[in-house]
Formats: sequence, C-alpha cells, structure tokens
Amino acid sequence: MTHIGAVALNTFREAVRDRVLYNLVFFALLMIGAAILVGQISIGIEQIVIVSLGLSAISFIGLLMAVFIGVGLVSKEMDKRTIYALLAKPVRRWEFLVGKFAGLIFTLVVNTAAMSAGLFLALAYVKHGLQSADAGVLVAVYFILLKLSIVVALALLFSCSTTSLLSILYCAGLYLAGSFVQQMRTLRTDLMGNATATFMRWLSYLLPNFENFSVTGPVAHGVAIPGSLILQNTLYAAVYCTVILAVAAAVFSRRNLK
Amino acid sequence: MRASESGPAIETENLTKEYPYGFLHLKKKTSLEGLTLRVETGEVFGFLGPNGAGKSTTIKLLMGLIFPTSGRARLLGKPTTDVAMHRHIGYLPEQPYFYDYLTAAEVLDYFAKFFDFTAQDRRERVQRMLKKVGLETAGKIQLRKYSKGMLQRVGLAQAILHDPPLVILDEPMSGLDPVGRREVRDIILELKRAGKTILFSTHILPDAEMLCDRVGVLVGGKLQGVGAPGDIVGIQAQGMEILFALTASQSGGAPLLAAATRIGDRYRLQVPDGEMYAALEQLREAGAKILSVSQIKPSLEEYFMHLVAADRAQATAIEVSGK
Amino acid sequence: MKAALTLSLVLLAGFAGIWHLQLNIDAQQAALHQDRNDVLLTSPKLLKVLSLEYAPLLADVYWTRAVQYYGEKHAAHDNNLDSLWPLLNIATTLDPQLLPAYRFGAMFLSEAPPRGAGRPDFAVELIQRGIRENPDYWRFYEDLGFIYYFDGKDYAKASAAFAEGARKPGAQVWMKVMAAKIAAEGESFETSAFLWRDIYQNTTDAEMKKNALAHLQLLSAQEDCRRLDALADEYEKREGRRATNLNQLVQAGLLQGVPVDPANFIYVIGDDGKVQLNPASPLWEKQKLFEKLK
Repeated sequence: MTHIGAVALNTFREAVRDRVLYNLVFFALLMIGAAILVGQISIGIEQIVIVSLGLSAISFIGLLMAVFIGVGLVSKEMDKRTIYALLAKPVRRWEFLVGKFAGLIFTLVVNTAAMSAGLFLALAYVKHGLQSADAGVLVAVYFILLKLSIVVALALLFSCSTTSLLSILYCAGLYLAGSFVQQMRTLRTDLMGNATATFMRWLSYLLPNFENFSVTGPVAHGVAIPGSLILQNTLYAAVYCTVILAVAAAVFSRRNLK
Repeated sequence: MRASESGPAIETENLTKEYPYGFLHLKKKTSLEGLTLRVETGEVFGFLGPNGAGKSTTIKLLMGLIFPTSGRARLLGKPTTDVAMHRHIGYLPEQPYFYDYLTAAEVLDYFAKFFDFTAQDRRERVQRMLKKVGLETAGKIQLRKYSKGMLQRVGLAQAILHDPPLVILDEPMSGLDPVGRREVRDIILELKRAGKTILFSTHILPDAEMLCDRVGVLVGGKLQGVGAPGDIVGIQAQGMEILFALTASQSGGAPLLAAATRIGDRYRLQVPDGEMYAALEQLREAGAKILSVSQIKPSLEEYFMHLVAADRAQATAIEVSGK
Repeated sequence: MKAALTLSLVLLAGFAGIWHLQLNIDAQQAALHQDRNDVLLTSPKLLKVLSLEYAPLLADVYWTRAVQYYGEKHAAHDNNLDSLWPLLNIATTLDPQLLPAYRFGAMFLSEAPPRGAGRPDFAVELIQRGIRENPDYWRFYEDLGFIYYFDGKDYAKASAAFAEGARKPGAQVWMKVMAAKIAAEGESFETSAFLWRDIYQNTTDAEMKKNALAHLQLLSAQEDCRRLDALADEYEKREGRRATNLNQLVQAGLLQGVPVDPANFIYVIGDDGKVQLNPASPLWEKQKLFEKLK
C-alpha cells in the first residue's frame, strides 16, 4: 500500500470511529419524513420537492463534514502530537497532506453515496418507480462532491497554517464568497472606477466558483445535464484542488512543528 | 540505499535554533546554540540536561520536524532533510501520543505500512514488538484506555519496529515506574548488543551513567561537555575509600582507626591513591576484615548541578546588565 | 529556490487553466439555466420560519438580489422581470420594515416594460402591506397614490390615497393640495411633474432617481410640445398654412428663439404638422419606450 493510501485509510478509519457517519441517521429520518409528508401536501411537485430537499441536505451535511473535519486534518494531529511519530517515518510531508485529503474525500464519497441511495429510495416511493431521467440526480450529487473537494482542499490549507476557529471562519467566508462569485461578474461595472472593475473581474475568476456545480433546478425538473459540463466541472475541480494542495504542501513543508 | 558505515551515525555542525517571539517577532529566544557533535556508529550516547536545555529541540532538528536557523546535521551520512533516510532511523518522541481511537496493534500496523514490508512480514513484526514491550495482551484495546507507561511502551515498539540501525529516543524513561525503567534499560542494552547506535536524552543521571558509552551535557542551549560518564567529570579521583570491619578484640593501626568514620560495626576510611596499599597492609595486620575498596570521584550529579548553577548565574548576570 | 519556482509555475498554470475552464462552464451553465434567477423557495412564510432570527439579514439578501436582478435584466435589455415580485415579496415578508424595498417595488413593479414589470396590482399589494406594517409612514400613501395616478389611471383612488396620507404625522402640506387637485382635474402636467420631481429629490436609490429624471425630462418635453403646438396652431391661423419648422414661428414673432428640449436639442415639426422631439435627441429613443405617456 502506498504511503498516501495508508494515510488516507487511517483518516477514513478515524472518521468512522469518531462516529461521524451517524449523520446518516439524521438524513434518513429527514428523507423519510419528507417522503411521507410531501404526498399529503402537494400534488404534482413531489419530484421537485424530494430532489431539491434531498440535494440541499446532501450538500449541507457534506459541507459541514468537509469544513469541520477538514480544518482538523492537520491541526488536530499537531495539537495531539500524533504527527511527530508519523513524520519520523519515511513519508514526505506532501504525501501526508495528499493522504489526508484523499481520506476525507473518501469519507465524503461513502457518506454521500449512502445519502443518495436514501434519496433515490424516497424518490421511488413518491413517484412509484424511477425513470432514466432521474439519473440526473446522480450528476447533481457528483457535482456536490466536486464542490466539496474544493472545500476540503481549502480546509486542509488552513489546517496547515492556522487555528481551528480561524480555519472554520475562513472556510465559511470563502464558501459564501464562492457562492456569490457569479454576481460579481454582473455588478454594475459602469458605476465603479476602472481599477475596481478590473480587480473585481479578476477576483471573480480566481475565487472558487461554487455556482458552477449548482444544477438543482434543472435536475429537479428532469432536464439532462450535458456531458461537456460534467467534463469541464471535473477538470475545474481537479485543477483547483491541485493548486490549493500545492500551496498547502509548500506552506507545510517549511513549518516548524511545535 | 545502505547507510554509511564508515562515518559517524550522527553528526552536527554548529547547529543553532532561534525562535522569534514578542511583538512583530522582533525578539529572539535561542534554544540551541552552535551544537557541534558526533555520535559514532554502535555507541550509546546519552544527552543530558535540565528541562528546557534544548535536548528535545536537538532531537527534533535531527528528525526534520523543525528546521535549524543555521548549521547542519547529518544522520547516517545524509542530510536531515532526506526523508527516505527515516527508513533506517527509529524515533520515540517525548510524551508520545498516538491515535487514541486505534489499538496498539493497529497503530503499529499503520506505522509499519510506511516501510514497504509485505503484509505477512508486517503482522509478524507487530506481534513480535508487542511481545517485546510486554503489551501482547493489551494489543486489542484502544489506546485511549492506556496508561502513560503503556503508551511509552507503544512508543518504543514503533521506534524499533523496522529494526533500524540508528535509534533516537527522547526521554524514553519518563513516566515509567522502576519496573518499566528497568525494562527499557534492558531493551536499550539489547539493542546495543545488536550493534545499533542509540541516542537518548534524559535528565535521570543514574540511567545515563549505567547505559552510556558517552554523554553530552546540554545546559542553556549550549553543549558544556562530551565524554565518557567517568571522564566528563574531569576532576581527578580524590583517592580510595576502604570499607572494613573490626572485631572488638583487634586493635592496632590506631592512627588509621582514628581517621576512619565508624558506622555501626563498620568503618569507612579514605586514603589518597598512593597510600592505599600501605593502608591495606596496616589493616590486614590489625586483623580487620576488608569489605570493599572503591574509587572516590565526584558523581555526575554534582558535576551537573555545578554546570546548571554556572549557567543560571550567567543568565542572571546578563539580565541584570540588561544586555 | 527550485521549490519556489516550481510552486510559481504550478500556480500560474493552475489559474490560467481555471480561467479558461470557467469561461467554458459559464457558457454551459447559461444555456442550462434559462433564467439564472430561479427563486426556488417561493413561499415567504416558509422562509420566515426557516430563517429564525436571521430574518432581517435574509431580507437584506433578497432585497439585494432584487436590485441586482433588476440591474442585470436592464443591462441585458431583457424585458422579463417575472422574478421581481417574488423577490420583493419575500424580502418584505422577512423584514416588514424594509422601507426602501417597498418604494422600489412600488415604482418598478407597476411601470410598464421595459422600465418595470408592468404589474400595478402587485405594486398595490406590496404598498398596502407596507402601509399595514408601517401605518405612520406617509410616503407609502404618496407611492400608492402614485401607482393609481400613473399606472392605474384611477384618479378617485389616487386622490383618496393622497388625502389619507396627508393626515399622517410628518406628511408634507402638498399631499392635501395634491388630493384636491387630482380630485378636481384628474391627470395634469403640473401634478405629474410635481410627483416625479418629489421622487427625484427625495429618493436615494440610484435606479429610482434615474427613472424619475427620465420621466421628468419626457414630461417636460411633452408639455413643451403641447405649448408649441398651440403656437403652431396660431401660426396656421395667421398664415393659412402649417409651419414646417420652428424658425418660421420665430420669424412670425411667435417665439423668441427656437426652444430646446432638456437634452439641448431643438424641437422640430413632424410630418403630421405637430411639434415633436428631434429624432437626433436621446430623448427621442426614450420616448418611444414610454408610449404610455402620450
């Protein structure tokens, strides 16, 4: 097993033993409740409600996990001093980081897969069966995972450099900023100075744009997502994560461990 | 990659570590200053010093956990930044903590994965190590339930799991009861017999005297002396001490008796080196029973306390003078 | 050094890649979402419950979205302002004291496209909620009267609104005068001009100010044309034929000089013999969009 794999597996094991996956119980209850209620309340929009609610919950829970576990990935090992014995092994610091990243991503994938199964079950229940168009939900879930991978990368970066509280704040701030990046492009640039307008434009491209990954509307209405968008988003997440991890590795490799 | 066998196992050259602190990080605290040291292959080297002297700092610098402000260090001939070299080095951190949600067996197995053993080999080594440090029965219990002594043993196990030629232990005896300390001492001796090089830091002097070929004394970030525990004291032996017993009927050797200290029915007599045989002859004629003859020398502890006091005096002088 | 160089290269290449990808993604997403401004959660009551004590904050978010939405649609020359009402409805439900949202809504919900959503009924509903939640704010009565006068053409209701508002604390004297004037005359130039001028002078919202100015200018131009038409009729009476340009009126001694519109372009006489805006004037385009004002 590679060094990265070993670290990743251990990270996953830690999440499991910390009972993080119990959130699935909450999600299951939510989906069951929604499936039962929606039949009583609305006519004709069961699909929209279940899909919107389910995707929002998957995204939100995933975000909580990504941020709260993410900011502890490195800082927890440093606080608890477990990192000393580990880095005394023949493992490079960047391998350690990538392993941590992969471990949390894997945890999120497992968690999200379980939630998606629950979502499909609820959907099948209210619609009395599934159609092929519902596969769009899988794409939406995949996009959520892509989005979360960027958040995890950011959380890991902060975990290497600052305390947990600040990391959480930075992550939350960047997530909010990244959700409104689209608006930055359509701000009334004729009302600002030239320098400000250019700065805003550059910023809007450099900040992670989480709206790229939002397809809840179309999916809830059964619209198919084009393959090219899937490819572009995958590349976007991959490149962005690589950049962030490279910075994290650079920061961490010179860090004096106290 | 074979470890270099001809050169020293550990070699430092003017190793210095400063920590900036205070407002805008303008002030500097020097925790290690100009350490130049060699540890030869196969020797047991003790790193002594009071708390805060810089022992842990030195060890962390060697292991690449922190980076020197200036100077260099080499382990087994390679610079400390060479992470692949860790294949041949075992390290026990001070106050070891490990993943408390894992069992001892799992922790050892996890660390073992970084050494490219086969799965079979890994399993065997883990079992062997658990046995060696006396944790075979506790192997399946999560570490969060372990006592400090047990954690220390896990730490030792993970340090020697991969059979490294160089072992670096930071305060290996800390937190252990006498039984535990005895066990660790035995392990260290066993490693030494197997030809490993061992560097360990401690502030428990009797352990150092007993185990080490050489010791280095670190006080206030500076290396004050290096050498065999006996040599380092650097003060001439102050003579011999003879312990003897006298039956009531015996007499004679009155001048000697007068010089001796009486403890119950035993007497302790100190004589200068050159006069030892003469004194023994006198005592033999007096019919005394010689119990023991030993060399008087100041202990490592006295030397140590002397160094610490000197360092403190200097520090105070610097403070007072406002430098 | 080598590490720093590698890192810089990775960062540069990375962000260049991100930029490029983002452009592609933008195009795809635009195609996928016809209306980027899906207001998914449309139940204001549900939102109010969900937002707990953050309701006013969320209200601000929706209010900001409404303004941005309006600006975006405008910049894109898109006449479809369907989401404006839901956004304002939610904002004012979450925070019933969000006064600027009511005023903005009053203007831009009721006005016909492309300047507004063309839904005076929504505008009235919005303002009436504003009045319910803020009973002493006299300006809402001005807004209500405004909607009835301009877009509803219901002068009785307009007058009633002004009269009601005049009784509120802090109401300015002209409210009473306005009520009477509208009751008596219905639509008139002075009334319209006064109302728009009041909005222009008292609003701090940039969009509203711009809109009010445009209306004022067109109104003024319209009045000018009406007066010039009267003079042209006089000319026709005297000379027996229709004038073809205003210089003739100057020569006939009816005008001191050729007057200009608020954009400083001279008025001209059209093919139908009526005085009108100069086609070269920027106001000409604006007027075409404001057919209602004729």
